[in-house]
Amino acid sequence: MANFDVIVVGGGHAGVEAACGAARMGARTALVSFDLAAIGAMSCNPAIGGLGKGHLVREVDALDGVIGRAADAGAIHYRMLNRSKGSAVWGPRVQADRVRFKAAVQQTVRSQQNLTLVQGEAAALVLEGGRVAGLALADGTILGAGRVVLCTGTFLGGILYRGEERFEGGRIGENAAKRLAAQLRGADLPMARLKTGTPPRLDGRTIDWAALEEQPSDDEGWTMSPLTARRLNPQVFCAITRTTHAGHDAIRANLHRSPLFSGAIAAAGPRYCPSIEDKIHRFGDREGHQVFLEPEGLDTHIVYPNGISTSLPVDVQETVVRTMPGCEAVRIVQPGYAVEYDHIDPRALTPDLQLRAIPGLYCAGQINGTTGYEEAAAQGLVAGLEAAAAALGKAAPVLDRANSYIAVMVDDLTLQGVTEPYRMLTARAEYRLRLRANNAATRLTGLGIAAGCIGDERRAWWERREALREMFHVKHSERIHARELADLGLPVRHDHGVKTLAEWLRFDGVTPDALAPWLGELAASDPALADELAEDAAYAPYLARQDAELRDLRASEALPLAADFPYGVVPGLSNEMVERLTKAAPGTLAAAGRVPGVTPAALSALLVHARRRISDGQQAA
Amino acid sequence: MPQTPTIFALSSGAPPAGVGVIRVSGPAAYSALLALAGRVPAPRRASLARLSDASGAPLDEALVLWFPGPNTATGEDLTEFHCHGGRAVIAAVEAALAALPGLRRAEPGEFTRRAFANGRIDLAEAEGLGDLLAAETEWQRAAALVNAGGALSRQVEAWRERVLALSAEVEGVLDFSDEEDAADLPECFTWNIAALKEELSEWLARPRSERLGEGFRVVLAGPPNAGKSTLFNALVDSEAAITSPIAGTTRDVIERSVAIGGVPFTFVDTAGLRDEEAADPIEAIGIGRARGALARADVILWLGPEGEGPESAWEIAAQADRAAIHPKSSARFVVSAITRAGVPMLKQALVAAARQGLPKPGEAALNARQHARLAEVAEALAAAERLSDPLLVAEELRRARLALDRLVGRATTEDMLDALFGRFCIGK
Ligand SMILES: Cc1cc2nc3c(=O)[nH]c(=O)nc-3n(C[C@H](O)[C@H](O)[C@H](O)COP(=O)(O)OP(=O)(O)OC[C@H]3O[C@@H](n4cnc5c(N)ncnc54)[C@H](O)[C@@H]3O)c2cc1C
Ligand SMILES: Nc1nc2c(ncn2[C@@H]2O[C@H](COP(=O)(O)OP(=O)(O)OP(=O)(O)O)[C@@H](O)[C@H]2O)c(=O)[nH]1
Ligand SMILES: [Mg+2]
Repeated sequence: MANFDVIVVGGGHAGVEAACGAARMGARTALVSFDLAAIGAMSCNPAIGGLGKGHLVREVDALDGVIGRAADAGAIHYRMLNRSKGSAVWGPRVQADRVRFKAAVQQTVRSQQNLTLVQGEAAALVLEGGRVAGLALADGTILGAGRVVLCTGTFLGGILYRGEERFEGGRIGENAAKRLAAQLRGADLPMARLKTGTPPRLDGRTIDWAALEEQPSDDEGWTMSPLTARRLNPQVFCAITRTTHAGHDAIRANLHRSPLFSGAIAAAGPRYCPSIEDKIHRFGDREGHQVFLEPEGLDTHIVYPNGISTSLPVDVQETVVRTMPGCEAVRIVQPGYAVEYDHIDPRALTPDLQLRAIPGLYCAGQINGTTGYEEAAAQGLVAGLEAAAAALGKAAPVLDRANSYIAVMVDDLTLQGVTEPYRMLTARAEYRLRLRANNAATRLTGLGIAAGCIGDERRAWWERREALREMFHVKHSERIHARELADLGLPVRHDHGVKTLAEWLRFDGVTPDALAPWLGELAASDPALADELAEDAAYAPYLARQDAELRDLRASEALPLAADFPYGVVPGLSNEMVERLTKAAPGTLAAAGRVPGVTPAALSALLVHARRRISDGQQAA
Repeated sequence: MPQTPTIFALSSGAPPAGVGVIRVSGPAAYSALLALAGRVPAPRRASLARLSDASGAPLDEALVLWFPGPNTATGEDLTEFHCHGGRAVIAAVEAALAALPGLRRAEPGEFTRRAFANGRIDLAEAEGLGDLLAAETEWQRAAALVNAGGALSRQVEAWRERVLALSAEVEGVLDFSDEEDAADLPECFTWNIAALKEELSEWLARPRSERLGEGFRVVLAGPPNAGKSTLFNALVDSEAAITSPIAGTTRDVIERSVAIGGVPFTFVDTAGLRDEEAADPIEAIGIGRARGALARADVILWLGPEGEGPESAWEIAAQADRAAIHPKSSARFVVSAITRAGVPMLKQALVAAARQGLPKPGEAALNARQHARLAEVAEALAAAERLSDPLLVAEELRRARLALDRLVGRATTEDMLDALFGRFCIGK
């Protein structure tokens, strides 16, 4: 029997990051997936990043993950969303050529040290004394390991819906993992169902591009990963069209044929990613909804119409897309569908994404009720690093709401659970002024190096950059008279006194470029770093104000709540609060405050009781 | 195992009074009732019992009530003794309670603190209750009841909803900028922020709830021998201040709190104002204090020469029953402290003024803590109104939300997201 430290099940975005992350930590790792050739497949929209999601990609990348560099390898269109707003909410997004993206992922996975790839169906967990001991494959092979990470996506009990049609499977053309799902359901884990959908794919040769407004790729040279020196592929443009009244009428007339409305699908779908029939039903009076036509790759004619996810019957889909300008004669290559699937109530997980009920079993990705590649990748990374750290007796990087979107997501999931597929939004991160997509490396790579999950290439990059940062700091603390700036034509009043360059950066119109005369050669050494430091300076007053808030937070984080804390006996908690707190089992008082519905009055009751339990415990000891 | 101490206190007004209600809260509330009454009646039923102490000596014939926790005012087991209100009876029952193991006298506000700690009330209500217990006059009680009844909590909730809605709009712009619905902030956005800020400013300008506790401050001022102390005595209905024909009789500031027409007042008598050079050192200190009192006055009654008093002081022509020492051509009130002529009218006018200057019953009032939080909300809104980057606007609104949450409670980003999704058609 082959033995490993960590076994990862599933070759999607979560599984890839989990497997590579665990292997980078030095754990002997196996990645088991139905079809090794499908590793790195994008099941839906061939785009990576976006608002909130771009932050996750950069953070996973900062911890030396796979998704950022693979996105660059596949990127055929770069766009910085929210460019006109503050840099903390800029959302780097690329459209990736499916084939190139997948090839890059596979290349990384295959060359990763400590990682063994196993093709097959994970059929059952091997448990010993309630703990994970290994994994049984459908062909009878048994793999031994004390840690198993499940990243099976929508494959658990997945059912596909298209109009009146039904198929079993997690993705069109692939099997559902029924046996594993049955075992998990048998284990009495809290499970629920969610749904998501995908739009029809169009043949780009049948679209009248000339009739449509173009959206070109950004011409700046930024990339997803700082380790990608420059953009690799030719850049294509997208086009914008929209739905019309005629299309809406067709949808309305056929609503009863959509499984969403016929009652066939009862599970909740994402509010922020509604199907087109949902949009028409809920906001019927609208003039039309925007649809982005996004090419899926350089060597394919397939186009992804972003904005019309649907599970209507094929004939209705056809009618609807042909009412969109530029698409009058369009041909559908593959119709859209909805998928309903099992997920685990993520409140059953601890912050390292381990199931409280089955020690050694970790879950990451869509199986935890999230949606999106980036969300999956980020969780996979956490679960992989944590599982490896636990197996090797090391410590994974400590992530919290003030240092990463990754931790915001994990914290939200494990404390609040999900009522709809969870997607990252910048609004979820209360400290987002400090969590910028372009300072992810500064926030996390150092932690990664300390934990031992960063490869040589990035470590070398990081050390160079830290040396530069030190030089910038020295220059930025030089004190310069207002006169000098004004004389160079900068919008600063002569009598504004003497300030450090960092302080001057806070003034409107004083850009990092404008400081070139004082920075000398340094100015051009690393423009991205220069920008980052300028943003730090600009946000400094806000960050200082948040520091006080963070001190409060950390104080209540210092008060631990045991996993078996008897919420039922705390007077003053409503039954609902007791139930939610028991389900989420927050690790600290601060975490308890983030469980929905827990009032400050209830928190103070918890505080009193937790303190008393601690002092009782000390007296008993 | 260390247990929460059980506390007791007289929770009705100070004795002597018709009935004295002694409350006992905590794990030993049951045993205390058993110890004193010999039995425990059915929950929440008033029942007559003969109370006696540990030695069996009778204490009182009282109504007793038993409220098992957690659905009680404090969230703990609770016992009430409704005793005959005499000082001696109350003292005897309290002594018997204090002698029981695990029982001690409650500290000020401790019942309320427990109610809060046990999740029975939120912060704003707790503060309202605190005011209620400290209330002595009808006016104070009525005003405190408004807060205790959750009026402030409800108001804060309404503001919070509005800030949430504003946040939802900005967050929509930040997270869904590629959507047409949420591409830009609507024109009315800044206007809405300004309107809310205005509303808060109005609240901030209102009298604070502590003012109720302190009472409306009326300071009597004027040169020596003007008759200040005599009028002061007439207003507070006692011989609190020494009066004499000797100039410089009053050397220190004297304060008396009284209720007139249910409204709390603090009257302040001061040393006669004269050249500090001419006064002896002690009197000079008194005069200094008098000036301090003037600065904190709500109304100044000026008994000195017409037009020479502090600005906006009320001109009082005193000693109207004899040849006036400071004759006034247009006095606001003409009074004689000796015959009481004009005094009722002066009192009436003061009551009317106090009603304006104190928080009104039926209108929630802010205390200092709440005022500070609300000021922070207003400040954040003002900043949000000035800023143009939606990211920073969002940060200021978050600060406003945080301060509001701290005012009464709870904080989750989820609420904001719910507000967001309830309003827009977002997403693909
Ligand atoms: C129809 C559809 C539409 C979507 N639309 C979007 C969208 O528009 N935008 C967006 O961001 N996200 C979308 N998503 C979500 C996104 O695809 C997923 O959230 C993300 O891919 C989840 O990653 P994962 O690693 O958790 O799972 P997946 O990528 O689903 O990977 C699961 C892997 O596990 C393997 N596996 C499962 N069970 C077993 C087993 N028993 N044994 C061996 N291997 C197994 C599978 O072969 C697969 O490789 C959509 C998903 C679907 C299905
Ligand atoms: N007839 C009459 N005598 C009054 C009246 N008010 C005060 N007096 C007398 O005037 C004298 C001075 O009065 P006070 O009240 O002591 O004067 P005061 O302003 O307090 O003086 P200082 O404390 O010295 O500043 C006393 O002898 C009082 O009896 C009044 O209304 N009528
Ligand atoms: Mg006097």
